[in-house]
Amino acid sequence: MTTLLRMSRQGGLLIAIALFVLFYGLYSYQHPRGGSADLIVQNANETFTLALVAMAQTVPVLLGGLDLSVGPLMTMVNCLASHLLTGSGWDLAFGIVLCLCAGLLAGFINGALVVYGRIQPIIATLATGAVLIGIALFLRPTPGGAVDSDLSWAATNTLFDVADTYGWWGGDLPGWFVAIQAIPVPIILIVLVVLLVWLPFKNSVTGRGCYAIGSSEQAAFMSGVAIDRSKLAAFTLAGLFAAIAGIYLALQTGSGNADMPMAGGYTLNSIAAVVIGGTSLFGGSGGAVASIIGVMVLRAISFCFRVVPEDSIVGFLANPLLQPLFEGIILLAAVSLGAARVFTVKNRLQLFG
Amino acid sequence: MQAYLRSIDRPILVACGFVILILAAGTAYTAITQGTATFLSPAYLLQQLKVASFLGVVAAGMMLVILMGHIDLSVPWTVAASAMLATAVGGPEAIPVGLAIGALVGLFNGLGVAFLRVPSMIFTLGVNTVLRGLMVMLTGGFSPTTMATPPMQFLAKAELLGIPMAVFVWALLSVGIVFLLTRTPMGRYIYAIGNKEAAAYLSGVNTRLVILGAFTLCGLCSAMAGILLSGYSSKAYQAMGDPYLLPAIAAVVIGGTNILGGQGRYAGTVVGTILIVLLQSVLSVMQMPEAGRQIIYGLVIILMLVLYGRGGRSSA
Amino acid sequence: MTAGADTPPLVRLTGVSKHYGGVHALREVEFAARAGSIHGVLGENGAGKSTLIKIIAGVVQPSAGEMLIDDRPASFASPQAANAAGVVCVFQELSLLPDLSVADNICITRPPRRLGLIDGQAQRRRAEELLARIGCSDIDPRLPVKALPLSRRQMVEIAKALGRDPRLLILDEATSALTAADVEKVYALLHRLRREGMGILYISHRMPEIKALCDTCSVFRNGRHIDTFPSGARSDDEVVRMLIGREIHNVYPPKPVRTEPPKPVLETRGLRWGQRLADISLTVGRGEIVGLGGLDGQGQRELLLALFGVLRGVEGSVLVDGRPVRIGSPSKAKSAGIRMALIPEDRKTEGLLLPMSVGENITLAALGGMTRGGVIDRKREADSIARMVEALRIKIGSADAAVGTLSGGNQQKVAIARWLLTEARIVLLNDPTRGIDVGTKQEIYQLLHDLAAAGTSILFYSTDYDELIGCCDRVLILYGGRVIRTLEGEAITETNIVASALNLETNGQAAEAVPA
Repeated sequence: MTTLLRMSRQGGLLIAIALFVLFYGLYSYQHPRGGSADLIVQNANETFTLALVAMAQTVPVLLGGLDLSVGPLMTMVNCLASHLLTGSGWDLAFGIVLCLCAGLLAGFINGALVVYGRIQPIIATLATGAVLIGIALFLRPTPGGAVDSDLSWAATNTLFDVADTYGWWGGDLPGWFVAIQAIPVPIILIVLVVLLVWLPFKNSVTGRGCYAIGSSEQAAFMSGVAIDRSKLAAFTLAGLFAAIAGIYLALQTGSGNADMPMAGGYTLNSIAAVVIGGTSLFGGSGGAVASIIGVMVLRAISFCFRVVPEDSIVGFLANPLLQPLFEGIILLAAVSLGAARVFTVKNRLQLFG
Repeated sequence: MQAYLRSIDRPILVACGFVILILAAGTAYTAITQGTATFLSPAYLLQQLKVASFLGVVAAGMMLVILMGHIDLSVPWTVAASAMLATAVGGPEAIPVGLAIGALVGLFNGLGVAFLRVPSMIFTLGVNTVLRGLMVMLTGGFSPTTMATPPMQFLAKAELLGIPMAVFVWALLSVGIVFLLTRTPMGRYIYAIGNKEAAAYLSGVNTRLVILGAFTLCGLCSAMAGILLSGYSSKAYQAMGDPYLLPAIAAVVIGGTNILGGQGRYAGTVVGTILIVLLQSVLSVMQMPEAGRQIIYGLVIILMLVLYGRGGRSSA
Repeated sequence: MTAGADTPPLVRLTGVSKHYGGVHALREVEFAARAGSIHGVLGENGAGKSTLIKIIAGVVQPSAGEMLIDDRPASFASPQAANAAGVVCVFQELSLLPDLSVADNICITRPPRRLGLIDGQAQRRRAEELLARIGCSDIDPRLPVKALPLSRRQMVEIAKALGRDPRLLILDEATSALTAADVEKVYALLHRLRREGMGILYISHRMPEIKALCDTCSVFRNGRHIDTFPSGARSDDEVVRMLIGREIHNVYPPKPVRTEPPKPVLETRGLRWGQRLADISLTVGRGEIVGLGGLDGQGQRELLLALFGVLRGVEGSVLVDGRPVRIGSPSKAKSAGIRMALIPEDRKTEGLLLPMSVGENITLAALGGMTRGGVIDRKREADSIARMVEALRIKIGSADAAVGTLSGGNQQKVAIARWLLTEARIVLLNDPTRGIDVGTKQEIYQLLHDLAAAGTSILFYSTDYDELIGCCDRVLILYGGRVIRTLEGEAITETNIVASALNLETNGQAAEAVPA
């Protein structure tokens, strides 16, 4: 009985996983190279950036807020990275660290505006998003820049390619490594981020505080939860995740691109992914892993559009001109479903403020 | 009475002060460097007023929505879609079609916010994306080649008594908005909803209809701005509405309207619009790239929020 | 088994007073509670019980007087500080986080940690221990709190309080939401804790409970401590007499004498809603003032909201003038066919728009009728405002003043004026005089009397039974979402109301109030 209850709590997540299996399965089936290793690697590459942006969006959402600057933040770090990720090993490492710090700082400023400036997160991040785009434009008025090609190759391929590029073990790979060598690097990276950053945060007092605040800020206060600290931490962590996304995008595309519509697109997609993954927009439940699944669903859907057979009934879907529209409709439906609670509430006074 | 007035008028006075400051500084700059007072010349001022009217129309609609404690992020593509469809249709139906599109978008926004109770920030953001998708589909990704119709161009470019027609449109709209806000029940209800929707609801106000109406009007204003803009440039083009979103919000907020809703005078929005336009003008004289503009808009909004946007609902 | 009388009391208050502005919540209270004792605190609404425990639990500071813990002066700046001294309170509004698990909630403040992170296993074990201690081992600590019914949540709240190792445990109306089985568990637990030497303060309305559970009883009235006695030392009647008793006697307008029953204007049959309204059937006639009495939270508020169209999923029927109506929103309730008005409970959050002017607030509900061609008729508006301000004697400098600057009484008058302007035929009042000064209260009573005399039907919920006696033609006592007693005419007495509210049988004798 209680396991059933717990399963229904995860219901949203299970639906999301089912949707992913459905759409990705459909895609793999239709795609001539469906299921092949390089296709999976390519798909993983295309998913990673948005996955991290969605993880970034998840943390403020857990508080019951929203962060509209995640897309711009990612873009800003992308442009920064296109300057810094060149040179020797130490230069690269330093560049990465600097980019991460930029993300941490931007996130912290968001948090400070919310906590100390007492500004609503939505409008505060709308404004900081504008500032961040401006900084991105300063860094890269036109798309360009360069990144270390080795790192770029390593980050967008499999573990085998990493070992190969950097000559690990002199080319003589140990057995255990051979077993996992085909795993695409983005997947490893995301697993690492989840294991080393997200899960520790979620299980810390501060992280749990975020859930508490989203669930009931008043009860959290009465229970002695450190509200300010959790809010600051949430936005700062969001900044970190968005920065990781920006670094990866630079590695993937090899350049920095301060594209405002693209940044806005990432933001909106991140919100949709959060909703699809089952995290409540009112806060208190869900998590970053669920949002990753949400991204996988979104990406699988957009992949499907690429392989629609043009001579079938749904052939019109293949028209590339229609794709932005369909994606927009899907996004609108996703965010609306997530936020519409009007059908369950019994006392209409609860619908207000 | 005094306390109430002061809290609203102070931002307006401050904004007026900044306007004068900018004009003065600019005049000093040109006086010293070129020996002219271009910033005070009638030609310059009229040009600024004309540019301001485009932003002002958008800001007027946005103010209605912000007064209720909501926001409309679908403005960029409502502007573009109305303009593109108006120019595509052409002929005498151009302007009505454009306005109808804006009204429809606003209505849709209102339905989502008032009936589905989706947060306006999210819903209008989604609608913006859908509109963009629609326009990409209809225009094949390129700018439409149809021209703006003569009436549209007339509205934007013609002059009456030396004053650009667009300014008259803005003025007329402003009179309408002020009338709505101060002399009609709906205006009163808009303020009430922004203050405390529960109290308005419990007083028997049909809050859903009011929200629907305000968003529809906002859509209409965006459409109007699109028509004027395309008349001015003689055609509609992709992403023509993008540069108007943030400045419109900034204009409303600078003018003293509380971002959480419930307080604000239209005069403030007008002054805020003029301030933003002058700021833009100064920035282009200084040859500030788009990057700097974005930063400045963002910082200005943050500054105003920190100064005036405090309190009210709990932040989360 | 109570502690010896020579050990110092766990907590003692001397000369403690607390006032909020002009309202005195506590006056010079002398109070003591001992370890190894279950000490009941009785008092009706407004007697000062909640303020008393809020001071002890560290939620508010006293305005005067001293508190001693173990005979040492103590002052708690926050509930956490009180917890550190071993004083833990289970408040009426639950402090549980609905989306988090039971274990998370129980260990929310200082969870067991391993390597800096929360140790989920240890947390679950701790929760299981505490749940077992209160006899609720069947609650799975991994479940989210929102999956539990209210009764179980209350038990989790108690387990959470126990987890803070209290020496003094305060329970405020802790059993009001519990099932009978859980109530037994709580009793058993409290007896166990008393044997172990814990001090327990138990606030309740329910006399039978206090008698069954407590070894000592204190009665509060009007912010003063009246008496403390060992349980059973006073009879029920004596206790009820101690609870009621007035210092100020309000003057009420005379009630109308009726020759025939009034024509029913508002009627409900079998009204049901969720868990809060079980079966309400009532009638309010033309010119009648019907009161709703009973303890807080027995469905009175929900009944008014249901009538006004705020609640969704209301079953049963509502009739106005004998015609069945479906009221789906306040807008419909206000409409011409029905003309209902609701003066809401919390004027600050539900009634008034504080930054807007008095005039704007007054006209909000009636604005639709003051237009000419869609435009507000300014003259008519100004006249209406002036009329209301005069009729209700609202003290303001000008009608443009922001409502937030007015005193509580005047604010309430504005809230009432708003609905008077709509010339409603049915007026619902949700505890209208709570927190209002005496003078304004009198004016409101006169106003209600005048309205009824003019034919308005009034349904009036009040937590002040004195009002119900003074104003109402009939009083309906609600309990558990039902009308359990209807009092009419001479039968509307203090004893009957209080006794019915507490669900006690009275022997029908008219009791006299004991002067303070």
